[in-house]
Amino acid sequence: MKSKLNFDSRLGICFIGIILVLTVISFFYTPYNIYSMNIAERFISPGGGHLLGTDNFGRDVFSRLMCGAKFTLLVAGSTVCIGTFFGVILGLCSGYFGGIADECIMRLIDALNSFPGILLALVMVTVLGKVKYSIIPALGILFIPSFTRIARSGTLQIKNSEFIGNARACGASPVRIMFVHILPNLYPSLLTAIVVGFSNATLAESSMSYLGLGIQPPTPSLGRMLFEAQAYLFNAPWVALAPGITIMVIVLGFNYLGDGIRAGYHLN
Amino acid sequence: MKYALQKVLTFILTLFLVSLLTFLAFNIIPGDPAQLILGTSASPEQLAVLHRQLGLDEPLPTRYLRWLTGFFSGNLGTSIQYSVSVRSLIAGRLPVTLVLAGMALLLIVVISIPVGVFCAKKKDTVVDKLLGTVTMINVSIPNFFLGILFIWLFGIILKCFTPGGYVDFTDDSKGFLTYLFFPALAVALPNIAVAVKFIRTSFIGQMKLDYVRTAYSKGNSDNAVLYRHVLKNALVPVVTLFGMILSEIFSGSIIIEQVFGIPGVGRLLINSILSRDFPLVESLVVYIACVVVIANLLVDILFQVIDPRIRIRSGQSS
Amino acid sequence: MKKFILRFIASALIGTLLLLATGCQSSKKEVSSSGTTSTSEARKEGGSLVFGLETETDHLDPYKAATADTRSVLFNIFEGLVKPDKDGNLIPAVAAKLPDVSSDGLTYTFKIRSGIKFHNGNAVTAGDIKYSLETAKADQIAGLSEVKSVDAEDPSTVKITLNIKDNDFLSYLTVAIIPKDYTQQDTHPIGTGPYKFESYTPQQSLILAKNTDYWQKGLPHLDKVTFKFESDTNALLLDLQGGGVQAASVDNATANQLKTGFTIEQANSNAVQQLDLNNAVKPFDNVKVRQAISYAVDPDEIIKTVNYGKGVRVGTPVIPGFKKYYNESLANAYKKDPAKAKQLLSEAGYPNGFSFTITVPSNYQVHVDTAQVIINELKAIGVTATIKQVDWATWLSQTYTNRQYESTVISVDGSNLSPESFLGRYVTTSKSNFLNYKSTDYDTLYQQAVNENDDAKRVQLFKQAQELVSKDAAAVYIQDIASLTALKTGYAGFTPYPLFVIDVSTIYKTK
Repeated sequence: MKSKLNFDSRLGICFIGIILVLTVISFFYTPYNIYSMNIAERFISPGGGHLLGTDNFGRDVFSRLMCGAKFTLLVAGSTVCIGTFFGVILGLCSGYFGGIADECIMRLIDALNSFPGILLALVMVTVLGKVKYSIIPALGILFIPSFTRIARSGTLQIKNSEFIGNARACGASPVRIMFVHILPNLYPSLLTAIVVGFSNATLAESSMSYLGLGIQPPTPSLGRMLFEAQAYLFNAPWVALAPGITIMVIVLGFNYLGDGIRAGYHLN
Repeated sequence: MKYALQKVLTFILTLFLVSLLTFLAFNIIPGDPAQLILGTSASPEQLAVLHRQLGLDEPLPTRYLRWLTGFFSGNLGTSIQYSVSVRSLIAGRLPVTLVLAGMALLLIVVISIPVGVFCAKKKDTVVDKLLGTVTMINVSIPNFFLGILFIWLFGIILKCFTPGGYVDFTDDSKGFLTYLFFPALAVALPNIAVAVKFIRTSFIGQMKLDYVRTAYSKGNSDNAVLYRHVLKNALVPVVTLFGMILSEIFSGSIIIEQVFGIPGVGRLLINSILSRDFPLVESLVVYIACVVVIANLLVDILFQVIDPRIRIRSGQSS
Repeated sequence: MKKFILRFIASALIGTLLLLATGCQSSKKEVSSSGTTSTSEARKEGGSLVFGLETETDHLDPYKAATADTRSVLFNIFEGLVKPDKDGNLIPAVAAKLPDVSSDGLTYTFKIRSGIKFHNGNAVTAGDIKYSLETAKADQIAGLSEVKSVDAEDPSTVKITLNIKDNDFLSYLTVAIIPKDYTQQDTHPIGTGPYKFESYTPQQSLILAKNTDYWQKGLPHLDKVTFKFESDTNALLLDLQGGGVQAASVDNATANQLKTGFTIEQANSNAVQQLDLNNAVKPFDNVKVRQAISYAVDPDEIIKTVNYGKGVRVGTPVIPGFKKYYNESLANAYKKDPAKAKQLLSEAGYPNGFSFTITVPSNYQVHVDTAQVIINELKAIGVTATIKQVDWATWLSQTYTNRQYESTVISVDGSNLSPESFLGRYVTTSKSNFLNYKSTDYDTLYQQAVNENDDAKRVQLFKQAQELVSKDAAAVYIQDIASLTALKTGYAGFTPYPLFVIDVSTIYKTK
């Protein structure tokens, strides 16, 4: 059992580690300048001078991948943080207090859930004007409902357990009960949600590129690279495959890590 | 009865909240639909004429109130971009999206539950790991990318369907359903992956509990324990998940509608926002809110059917 | 879990090609590897064609339809008294011949073509023309505001009287002629063109059927033409490859992937792509800064990098296809010279450069790509530019109308083939002067040119006006982007126009 747990975690850490190392290296060094264009080297296939080939501007795909992962991790990470933070607080309150509070919070969540993200993103871009990462709060808000639901249903399931009753009898405040007693029990399902949320945020960022609302070019992000590469899918598939596979590695890594950590909880 | 009344009231409240949020958003974002129609060569006089013709010369709050009162009397107004009634536009598209979503949901249920249970049973074996990896890869492919790969593989290489060859249900019902199959699969796949993982985790969690050991000790077979005892308990969190998957299917189908060229609600919504078609956006957003709220209501009810303890508890606390 | 409505594609690119266009002759044929130029092949009458459009047509009423894409399609349904031919000349359409113009230039007398009918079978009468022009004038269609009266002399003769002389008046009479008192144009348009309206389904298609009574003998060739609305470039590419669509306007990336089975026709887009600098905003209020940017940005590099060499370098707001007024000498007014650019920046007080934002409408990938090249070129002179993408509605409202921007990349066209439509926006008080260009010299020169009656002098003055704009570097004029149309093997006869129109009447099947 023990070795299994370690295997999952190790695999996850290994995947994420590779990406992180590439990201850290990109701060100091990339094989080629990620912005410099050279049309003589347009669409070079992988291998040779360029490890993963070049794109439509003759830019080195591998170098852009290293930097792109950095911005993707930033956007996805921040999005999930915002979503988890507000989602958990709202979900705990909603589930624990019930009644009017529950009703109000859940209606708001429903409303948010059916509000078109594109509209929210347009609003954010307008309100935040020149702020570079206006995509982060927009995506963050859109990710709140799912975390709220998970936290709420988890809270509902355990709030009447014996140990919660005991805590209440000992005079623990609702805040203490929610965060000290209930929250730790939500970790397993939250972890799954965070991992999935992380991959969804990565993908959402790339969908936003369609509207030009994501990371702005020429700065690379994995999502944007994937989006732009679609136009060349048939004559230069590597330009799309490289960021696509990188996104996959990141998501897989987080999933394995999540499994490993969860297995640890079950053992305890 | 009181419960039902309360639900109906909150239902209306949610819809109102959504329409209000949309109205506020339209107050903030720039853009003039008349100018979108006329383009850069429009003169101010031309703009003024079109504003008057389209009823855009009135301030937004007035138009919102008119839409709101119209909504309660069943009149959703006229689309600015298409100059057709909003009702007929939505009525033509909603069935398409519902069929697409229904097909996707069916695929998810039919595939994910058996696979999830199977994985839980074969926990930590090579088969489980393999299936786990396959589902993980599924979930990590962006929706639009998956759609394009499907068109390329099934449409262009294997010629299972003609890309862009969408036909209306009324013209050719078989062709309609055939065309929708691959988009539905593209919508379903990432959700299947999430569902399988979730079901597997939920089952494994339940199988560690005491009652399962008791059931085994009574001499029940593997499958009997799984399907008679564990399934019901394990499905509680899964039902919540399906609630989320429902809205997920709707959002997923938006992009898939774009990629496959299906004239559904999602594509209409994007166009209407980008063309600042206020009455159409308001109506669509409220429709989508209806679907989301009803889906969540169903989940709540299912929740209580499966786990009656929750109702008793929430009854106590409120 | 929830990407909810995040995942939307960028909607229909609200304008596929460039804004709208006029005037140019150049067009050449590029033959794909599959084959032969099909013009020589045997023509087969009949058949059908699906033409993919990246934007939806809206407002089929010809007086409301104003998006370039809608008008390009309605070109097949409606005709004016006159219509442009493939060389940009005006030929009689509903009129039997070009009009008799009075010596003071104030009255135009038209004879209606005998036997010409609307799609509903009714003959066109002078009353229909009077009704059409008066309705169009009331709808503020460009160029008709000085029409004093339209009179039916007899059932087949119309006299149009103007308040003041307008040298370009004939070009405005391409405005659609519609049946009198017919009010359903928006949902079921009726005109006199080679194709008649059959059905329209929002977000799906616009279907046209052959007008068997068309006045031009032998046209059109195809029985049925479907304009199919695609959600984006990728959907269009896949449909072209899957066979669901047989023709479409495409971009370079798409054209390069249609290697076999398609002919790619190349023509000018008839709009000038430019980097517009907001002349009222620091530091672009300084002419030296604008000149420095002009010396730093190299149009040739943009054409090579972004457009695979397909594009015509320009140096003025007038499109090169409008040969009469286009000042060719300005194309190379700013040769790439980073040293000179740096020196100009120092003189302007920015020896270490500065930073600014380029606002780009996100539905035009070609402009986004151009901005990326510009950023690299400006880096060489120490100027830092960043891109901000906005959706088309935001661009129109904030950048174009409210002029709240520092710089933007866009293609600018003229609403019709007249020098005023290209140069009028540079007048200080012009409503469409979104560059905030301000020069009293220019205003005087422009007014002089407009009032000039001698044609040669008029041309000369407009050319001088272009020189002034170029000298002041009002904007960086880049190129007239090539417009590409893919046509599946088995079809031929595509005719490029000096306007942004899709004429399907000349397309025919070869097998």
